[in-house]
Amino acid sequence: MLDSGPIEQAKSNVDRSADPVIELRAVEKHYMMGDFLVKALKGIDLKILPGDYISILGPSGCGKSTMLNILGCLDQPTVGEYLLDGLDVAQLTDDDLSAVRGNKLGFIFQSYNLIQQLSVVENIEVPLYYQGVHEDESREIAIELANKVGLGKRLDHKPTELSGGQQQRVAIARALSNDPSVILADEATGNLDSKSGGDILQIFDDLNAEGKTLIMITHDEGMAKRTPRVIRLKDGEIGYDTYIHG
Amino acid sequence: MSAPFVRELTFFRLKRSVILGIKSLWMHKLRSFLTALGIVFGVASVISMLAIGEGASYEAQQQIKELGSQNIILESVKPTNTTTAGEQERSLILEYGLTYRDITQIQATVPGVSVTVPGRRIKDFLWGGANSVDGVALGTVSWFPSMKNRDLVRGRFFKEMEMKDRSPVCVLTESLARQLYPLKDPVGQTVRMQTSYFRVVGVIEDDPAVAASSEDMKGSSESGEGMEMMIPISTLEDHFGEVLFKYRSGSFEAEKVELHEVTARIEDPDQVMPAALAIQHILERNHSEVDYKMTVPLDLLRRAERTKQIFNIVLGSIAAISLLVGGIGIMNIMLATVTERTREIGIRRALGAKKKDIVFQFLIETVILSGAGGILGVALGLGVPIMVTYFAGMVTIIQFWAPTIAFGISVTIGVLFGIYPAFRAADMNPVEALRHE
Ligand SMILES: Nc1ncnc2c1ncn2[C@@H]1O[C@H](COP(=O)(O)OP(=O)(O)O)[C@@H](O)[C@H]1O
Ligand SMILES: [Mg+2]
Repeated sequence: MLDSGPIEQAKSNVDRSADPVIELRAVEKHYMMGDFLVKALKGIDLKILPGDYISILGPSGCGKSTMLNILGCLDQPTVGEYLLDGLDVAQLTDDDLSAVRGNKLGFIFQSYNLIQQLSVVENIEVPLYYQGVHEDESREIAIELANKVGLGKRLDHKPTELSGGQQQRVAIARALSNDPSVILADEATGNLDSKSGGDILQIFDDLNAEGKTLIMITHDEGMAKRTPRVIRLKDGEIGYDTYIHG
Repeated sequence: MSAPFVRELTFFRLKRSVILGIKSLWMHKLRSFLTALGIVFGVASVISMLAIGEGASYEAQQQIKELGSQNIILESVKPTNTTTAGEQERSLILEYGLTYRDITQIQATVPGVSVTVPGRRIKDFLWGGANSVDGVALGTVSWFPSMKNRDLVRGRFFKEMEMKDRSPVCVLTESLARQLYPLKDPVGQTVRMQTSYFRVVGVIEDDPAVAASSEDMKGSSESGEGMEMMIPISTLEDHFGEVLFKYRSGSFEAEKVELHEVTARIEDPDQVMPAALAIQHILERNHSEVDYKMTVPLDLLRRAERTKQIFNIVLGSIAAISLLVGGIGIMNIMLATVTERTREIGIRRALGAKKKDIVFQFLIETVILSGAGGILGVALGLGVPIMVTYFAGMVTIIQFWAPTIAFGISVTIGVLFGIYPAFRAADMNPVEALRHE
């Protein structure tokens, strides 16, 4: 891989010899748009190592979300293989995929996607509920995470009573509740002002420092500079993939 | 997660799902309420209609039972045939009805007929003390009370000896006693009809059928219905002869009726219907025209039971339709809810919910909706019959199984009509669900 000059703040602590947590082999995703076949992804090969902190950049419509959805086991590749922890995802049943999403992966969306009828703490508990974690334990975990993202005083607020930045922090706490190894964020700061966006990125930095693998889609070149590894997609293909530092 | 949790899991999940379901329904209070209303009215109408129907048929059956289910009641009826009426106008005496000959034949040929109560009625004014009332003198036998299931309120009924002796004794019905001797004990007093005097020996309760029908119209005691003075049939013959003259609307009317009323009692209840047929044959042979009427309480009872069965079937269909409509209402709303909450479904799927978790969530919601509707419906359904009894004075009977079944059906409907929307929710593609606006 190519190194393109050192940037101070981005520093990778990845063990390059470790087995990849995620591996895409010649992955393609096709959609039918009426009579046309649209290839959203055209042969992606990608290895993501444990502890990686990656920005995915690229123009709108180049396939970033499509790729992230496949990585998140929400969608399946049309062609190619996806190995998660060495496991071929295509072999998994629908229930297995749900279990994988619930245990191993944490999602953060651009539009927060909190459940409106639930309070802050209840939203954080949703993934725990589906893993069958007992009430008391789940409440304890949720409160701890709410404190961690600075919302310890707003446990019983409803999402509509929070600012965008606060909502996104709830979403992060929710993504962390099952202690996933990989966190996927699709334009997590896209709806936020630069101050709130900065707070979110600070949390991401800290999570990566704790050893979480983090993959985030962003439009902002400045933000991309914080991450040690940058991937640029162009028209459904990887145009550029490098560790900036380390 | 770990093994010890697994056993608690179902209850814990159920509790959480129910709380979540209530929260989601609470977000749209009015909508949820209106949806449940379909079930509320369905359940309430089933319970209250059953209660009212049951009460009405109970009342009818009681009245029939009062007539005595082992009895066959024969009455003389003035024939309506015009040609014979013309003949009899010339002879001036209208002769019709049951005869002693009928009775002897019935007693001789119908097996198992134990007793007959011959009865003859004379309608005229009854005088007692300072009062008078338009009433009836009924000639009958001493065992009348036991055959008709009627209790004595005061004194005694006349005895067989008094029948033989043709004694001028009488027993008054309660309402007649009230009219003639409102303040005094009537026993020991005298009552006059035409020129004959009778000594009162007892007071008997009113005919339940008459009592029930006159309860609604309090003024009916004036019409003479139920104003009966019972005297030995032999005494009646002595005092009033065979032909009855009456002055009615400007002309004399003469009627000759041997017996107005006869009751045959059949010992074996299974023989009542065959005996009724046999009696009918005898009467058809003896009478050239139908100047009698036969009532078989047992037959009426069976008919009432059959009517009730038909009523229940009709009611069941109406109830089924109304609950079906309620169920369709629930399904309609749940489909809308699923569409509206597509994004929530996508989020839950992304956060680890399995298809069956989604199915369960929506099914629980419909069950809560229909269950709550069912409970309200049961409450309303128990309230309506009480109101009907209170305001309309009708008998209503709530059978314990009616609310149970109605509630069970409402929940079943909830599950049945919730299945399709729930599976539709679960089958959504997570990515597309997440994109939904
Ligand atoms: N469900 C779909 N049906 C048809 N076309 C789709 C679908 N999802 C994505 N696409 C197409 O795939 C391409 C990549 O989309 P996407 O991954 O969302 O891009 P972005 O990089 O902006 O996130 C776009 O051309 C888009 O129109
Ligand atoms: Mg996108």
